[in-house]
Amino acid sequence: MRAFSQFINGFFRENPVFVLVLGMCPTLATTSSLEKAIGMGLATTFVLVCSNFIISFIKQWVPDEVRIPIFIVVIATFVTLVKLIMAAYFPDLKAALGIFLPLIVVNCIILGRAEAFASKNGVVESITDGLGMGVGFTLALGLLGSVREILGSGSLLGIPFFNGVSTYTQTIFILAPGGFLTLGLFMAFFNYLALRKHARPGGEDKK
Amino acid sequence: MKEYFVLMFGMIFVQNFVLNQFLGICPFIGVSKKRDSAFGMGMAVIFVMGLSCFSTMLIYKLVLIPFGLQEYLDIISFILIIAALVQFVEIVMKKISPELYRALGIYLPLISTNCAVLGSTQMRLLDYAELPLPEAILKNTALGIFGGVGFTLALYLMACIRERMERAPIPPALRGIPIAFLAAAGMALSFFGFTGIV
Repeated sequence: MRAFSQFINGFFRENPVFVLVLGMCPTLATTSSLEKAIGMGLATTFVLVCSNFIISFIKQWVPDEVRIPIFIVVIATFVTLVKLIMAAYFPDLKAALGIFLPLIVVNCIILGRAEAFASKNGVVESITDGLGMGVGFTLALGLLGSVREILGSGSLLGIPFFNGVSTYTQTIFILAPGGFLTLGLFMAFFNYLALRKHARPGGEDKK
Repeated sequence: MKEYFVLMFGMIFVQNFVLNQFLGICPFIGVSKKRDSAFGMGMAVIFVMGLSCFSTMLIYKLVLIPFGLQEYLDIISFILIIAALVQFVEIVMKKISPELYRALGIYLPLISTNCAVLGSTQMRLLDYAELPLPEAILKNTALGIFGGVGFTLALYLMACIRERMERAPIPPALRGIPIAFLAAAGMALSFFGFTGIV
C-alpha cells in the first residue's frame, strides 16, 4: 500500500512539472505535438528508472564528495543508450526531438531524484519512485502536448481533430509563445485548485 | 566578417536561447527576481558558455573524431568538460580576482546543470565539425558568447518586468511562477517580430 501511494505520488500531489516546477526546458520545447511529448516523456522515464536503480544500488560505495559527477556519468550513460536506441528504431522521433534528446542529461528531475531520493533509499523504492515521477512527467507533457496540438494544428497524433467542422487553427500555440502561455495557464489552474482546497473550511488540508 | 554579424544577430534576437529555443528556462524563472542578480548570472553564463563551446569543439575535433568515439562519448565527455570547467573557473577566479568571485561566484555552481550551456555546445556541433579546426573553434566560441548575450538580454528584461510586477494587483492563483510564464509569452511574442530577418 505504501509502495502504491509512493508510486502515484508523482502523478498529481508532487507532479514534477506543475507542482515541483522541474524540467521546464523539455516541457516547453517538446510539447508542440502529442507524439513528441510522449516520446520525450517515455525517454525521460526510462533514464529516470535506470539511473535511480543504479544509483540506489551503488550508493554505499560512492564517496560523498564526488557523488554529483558520478551521478551525472551514470545518467549520461543511459541518455547515450536512449539516443542510440532511438536512432536505430525511431529516427523520425529522434530528428523531431533534436537537441533535447542529449539534454535529458541536464534535466533537473533526474539529478534531483537521484540526489533527493535514490541516494538515500533502497533499490525497490527508488525504482518505484522513478517510475511514478516518470509517469507524472509523461502525463504532464501529454496534457500540454494535446492542448497545444489541438489548438495549434487542429489535430491529435496527426489525425484531424475537428473533422469536417473547421479547419481554423491558431498556429501560435505550436510556436514558442504558445508554449509559455499554455504552461503558465495550466500552472495557474493547479495553483487555483490548491488554494481553493486550503481556503475551504474543514476541507482536507494535509501538507 | 558578415557571417559573424549574422550569427550574432541570429543568436541574440532571432534564435534567442530562452524565448525561442526554450533553453535555460530554470535560471530564467529562478534568478529573474532582481536586476542585479540577473545581470551577474548573465555575465557568468556568457563566460562559461564561450569557454565550454571553445573547449568542447577542441576535444571533439582533436580527440573524439580521430578515435571514432563521437557517436558514443560526446554527451558524457561534454557534460564532464563543462562540470570540470565550472569548477576550474571558480577556483581560478577565487585566487585571481576575489571581487569578480564575489559578484559571479554564487551563480557558477548553478551553471553546470544549466541546459543552455550543454545545448549551446550541441547546437551546431555537426555542422561546424566539418569546417577546418581554427574556423570551427572560432565559430563555435562566437556562438556560445552571442548565445550567452541573448540569454542575458532575456533574463535582464524579465527581471525588469518582475520588479514592476511586485506591486501589481495579480490574482492569487497567478502569483509567482504562472505570471512569469505569461510575461515570457508576451516577450516571446514580441521577439517573434525578428523572425525572417536573418
